[in-house]
Amino acid sequence: MNTIKSFFAIALLVMITASAPVQSGYKVGDTAMDFKLKNYDGRMVSMADYRDAKGYIVIFNCNTCPYSKAYDSRIIALNKKYASKGFPVLTINPNDPDLSPGDSFDEMKKQAKRNKYDFPYLVDETQDVARAYGATNTPHVYVLDKVSNEKLKVVYIGAIDDNSRNAETVTKKYVEDAIGALMQSKNVPVTQTKAIGCTIKWRNS
Amino acid sequence: MRVLIITFALVVSIGSLHAQTAEKVKIEDLQKMVGRSSGKIQVLNFWATWCAPCIKELPLFEQINASRNDIEVSLVSIDLDLDPNPDKVYRFIDRKKLKSKVYILDERDPNTWIDKIDKSWSGAIPATLVVNLKNGKRKFVEKELKAGDLEEIINSVK
Repeated sequence: MNTIKSFFAIALLVMITASAPVQSGYKVGDTAMDFKLKNYDGRMVSMADYRDAKGYIVIFNCNTCPYSKAYDSRIIALNKKYASKGFPVLTINPNDPDLSPGDSFDEMKKQAKRNKYDFPYLVDETQDVARAYGATNTPHVYVLDKVSNEKLKVVYIGAIDDNSRNAETVTKKYVEDAIGALMQSKNVPVTQTKAIGCTIKWRNS
Repeated sequence: MRVLIITFALVVSIGSLHAQTAEKVKIEDLQKMVGRSSGKIQVLNFWATWCAPCIKELPLFEQINASRNDIEVSLVSIDLDLDPNPDKVYRFIDRKKLKSKVYILDERDPNTWIDKIDKSWSGAIPATLVVNLKNGKRKFVEKELKAGDLEEIINSVK
């Protein structure tokens, strides 16, 4: 009898484990890790460098994706609006330049200079940061709340807004709403969204 | 009379330009497509003209579509999400001489419809949903398929 019981218990466990979706990367509420990555200007950048920051807008992004292009001016505007209020933008390019030559370090440098980025555009050479965060596509945003110097809490994961095609007809500004809530110490209204995007070009995949 | 001929010529040339057009569909149409019962296996591939890995894997779908009567392939373009003009898709169909059925998804705000295709989908493309319309088994993958992958997915829903 006991054998049968334990058999069912094991079978149930196997079923539960097998049906659990593969969860990798951060979920809302998790603590995010800091990173130290090379910026387009050669400088090494970490979030900890921003002593007075209250939080961060971390965006996995690239040169080549048409969605990244469509959002470029909106990302620049986010930093202009929120960096001075304590929420700087940091962008990270995780694409393997062997698979996507337009995302090489040289091309990143050109793009950052041409578009006058006044925020870091970092290269995630090992793709470890993108993997740890669980980024899947570009642009993919993580809004972090700096609870303390040791704790960066993920409060929003997803898209910048609800309209990739046209910035003027956006009805839901997810990232701005998240930061607005943080500034007023309120709960972030929408914590997770999905959007169409280009898949990250993973090495050897 | 002359005006008539010119008009006729114009109509004919426009018609031939769009010899292979693509029907616009809503998310509900796709849900019906994979929810109906039939003896066939439905393959839905999400792609766009700007997506290099999508274009690379397209021949695999064309091949299956041409060689298997038990499989229906629908190539769903999501180009409209970024560009309101579908001409790029029409030109692509002509240039590549696509034989599979092509649809253009006419939806806004992807956050409201991505989960309706599959909860595990992040929204990145290429992505493919295979549904056996006989037994309801389904398999969703979010990656570029290589030779042999599609057959393997099809076998997994049998």
